Amino acid sequence: MKGVRAMRELCSATRLRAQFVKELLSVLRDPKSRMVVFVPPVLQLLVFAFAATLEVRNVDIAVYNQDAGRWSHELVQRVHSAQFVARMRHVQSRQQLRALIDDGAVIAALDIPADFSRTIAAGDSARVQVLVDGRRSNSGQITVAYLSSIAADVGAEAVPDAQPAAPVVVRNAFNPNLTYRWYIVPGLTGILALFSALLVTSLSIARERELGTFDQLLVSPTSTPEIIVSKSLPALAIGTALGVSMVAAAVVVFGIPFTGSFVLLLASLMLFILSVVGIGLTISALSMTQQQAILGAFAIGVPAVLLSGFATPVENMPLVLQWLAQAIPLTHFLVIVEGSFLAALPPGVVVGHLWPLAVIALVTLTMATAFIRGRLQ
Amino acid sequence: MSAAGGRAAAAAAPGPRRFDWRRLRALVHKESLQALRDPSTLLIAFVLPLVLLLLFAYAVSLDAKNVRIGVVLESDGVSARSLAAAFCATRYLEVRLAHDRREVAGRLTAGELRGFVVIAQDFEQRLARRDTQPLVQIVTDGSYPNTAKYVENYARGVVQGWRAALDAGAPAQAVTLEPRYWFNPELASRSALVPGAIAIVMTIIGTMLTALVVAREWERGTMEAVLSTPASVLEILIGKLLPYFALGMVSTLGAAALAVFVFDVPLRGSLFALLLLAAVFMIPALGQGLLVSTLARNQFLASQIALFSGFLPAFMLSGFLFEIDAMPAPIRAITWAIPARYFVSSLRTVFLAGDVWAVFTPDLLAMGAIGFVFFAFARRATRKDLQ
Repeated sequence: MKGVRAMRELCSATRLRAQFVKELLSVLRDPKSRMVVFVPPVLQLLVFAFAATLEVRNVDIAVYNQDAGRWSHELVQRVHSAQFVARMRHVQSRQQLRALIDDGAVIAALDIPADFSRTIAAGDSARVQVLVDGRRSNSGQITVAYLSSIAADVGAEAVPDAQPAAPVVVRNAFNPNLTYRWYIVPGLTGILALFSALLVTSLSIARERELGTFDQLLVSPTSTPEIIVSKSLPALAIGTALGVSMVAAAVVVFGIPFTGSFVLLLASLMLFILSVVGIGLTISALSMTQQQAILGAFAIGVPAVLLSGFATPVENMPLVLQWLAQAIPLTHFLVIVEGSFLAALPPGVVVGHLWPLAVIALVTLTMATAFIRGRLQ
Repeated sequence: MSAAGGRAAAAAAPGPRRFDWRRLRALVHKESLQALRDPSTLLIAFVLPLVLLLLFAYAVSLDAKNVRIGVVLESDGVSARSLAAAFCATRYLEVRLAHDRREVAGRLTAGELRGFVVIAQDFEQRLARRDTQPLVQIVTDGSYPNTAKYVENYARGVVQGWRAALDAGAPAQAVTLEPRYWFNPELASRSALVPGAIAIVMTIIGTMLTALVVAREWERGTMEAVLSTPASVLEILIGKLLPYFALGMVSTLGAAALAVFVFDVPLRGSLFALLLLAAVFMIPALGQGLLVSTLARNQFLASQIALFSGFLPAFMLSGFLFEIDAMPAPIRAITWAIPARYFVSSLRTVFLAGDVWAVFTPDLLAMGAIGFVFFAFARRATRKDLQ
């Protein structure tokens, strides 16, 4: 009895290896597929790293200056020479100002009243109306913040004995200049690896089912766990390789400081990919066609990215969504990868986010196994 | 298989066949049934928009609140404690008091706090001196730059407000700005994000779904079988694309209705303009899907290419999350080729501003032109491979 079981285990190891090779080949044999699995994610990392910025640059500003005095001239000059402004549009009426905002030609428009310089000379507070394009609400707010600091500088020059405006000193830990790229690149690593692994695995069973070869697999001596393992390993290998190369690109190409433990990050990456593979296989086990599998992967993947805290912090979300976010592998991996790059995340914290990943992987892989078996009967 | 393809090309060569409406109707009918019977189509066209709008309404709020920060109170003075109380009183910060900065530094690293404010031991002296010496130190978690900026601005505001209340007689600022946000006075980021949700769903339906459906026909070899029937290439393509065009339009209408009636997003432009924009956006979206499937010819490749050439650029480069003006010049050049960019710009206008044809016209022309290029390439790729 014991001998038979040992034999079966031995056999299954050989079978597993054969299947692993077969699965890996089925994804990577075709040169087109090989290219499509590795090249676009790395290209996307390069493009998106530069695209994703929440700063405001190269915007056009309109000015309707009704004041001929010194201070309005000073204000307009300073705005004109500010780094974030590409072009200044001088207009002669309020209608033109509004038209420029309506057409989206400028993001903000200054409306300087005729008594601007006189009011300042009289020691009062002069007001400038700023019309902002609310369609670009986020950039609009940032533009107003930039303009306000210019206005404060002009004010300080006009009334030199006023109190200092900034009674605080600010230090940004881990990322002194708040370089947005240092945040976005590690995060993108997780997102791109997630989508690649999710698509590769969600298609794996569904493709065989659609082509009819899955029935052949089911009547072969292969057991269900073996199918799951052999379908998981190639995606795990591809996803990890992709993740590692993107981490390397982050360090080498983008020069982002890596302060944490690489070994821990690698372990987290593999566990993260494994939990994504579990989700992908569950989708695949439930799908009858490749189309269902891919659309299912999107229906899960897109909301997952939005809930993960990449775009906006999880703690800003309602409580129910915060709980839901805990069930998303990317949420935990983002904390680990951002912390490993910039904040030298202590191993204790990493482990605190590793066990949820392990639980997700275990649950989803079990679900995938169960659903395949459900279809077997 | 190649024999069938050869025959189809030979039959197509003598001249274009007559366009037959009955054949087209039959093809559309067949494709529509196929699309509607698949639950995954309905999932993407109706459930995903709902989920996205819900998330944009409640989860993806760009307006931070309840940000956890620490306040390190090293001084026992009355003023120091009153400043700490001012921090505790704000709605937007969740304050944890501490007396030693070592207590909070570890929490900052672990991500439990997004920043902390140090009210130093000599705070009372600093306050009394009234020079340019800083009163307090603000430390933020720079690994999340957005939140860090928010913490800085908010903490600075609290300190300034608290100090202004101390000496009310101080001169006011000489220049003050009065910002007025047009179209979106409450600055609800939800209103700005809805167009993004529609653009994403339309990209998935137009590009991803079409790429898959056509790639499946190539993969199974049924495309060549269909091409060898009396139906012309034009009829077959229209028959394939029309149901997905309709699906995209219905999905847009549904998403717009949800946005307006459930999530209180205004629709200041006309419904006609919205539908026109959506219809014209479907041209490049479907064209891209067709091109991808013709190049890939299997569903795995098609899905990967559609993901990286259609979906992710629509997400990252369309300007709905990240400002295009702020991107470096080469990437700004890439965005000119992304149809979602024009769609997002016009959608924002039609929802928040109204019918501004000065915005719509160039966007419509650009989307049409890109669509034309995609279809031309797809046609060339189809013809070449059949010969």
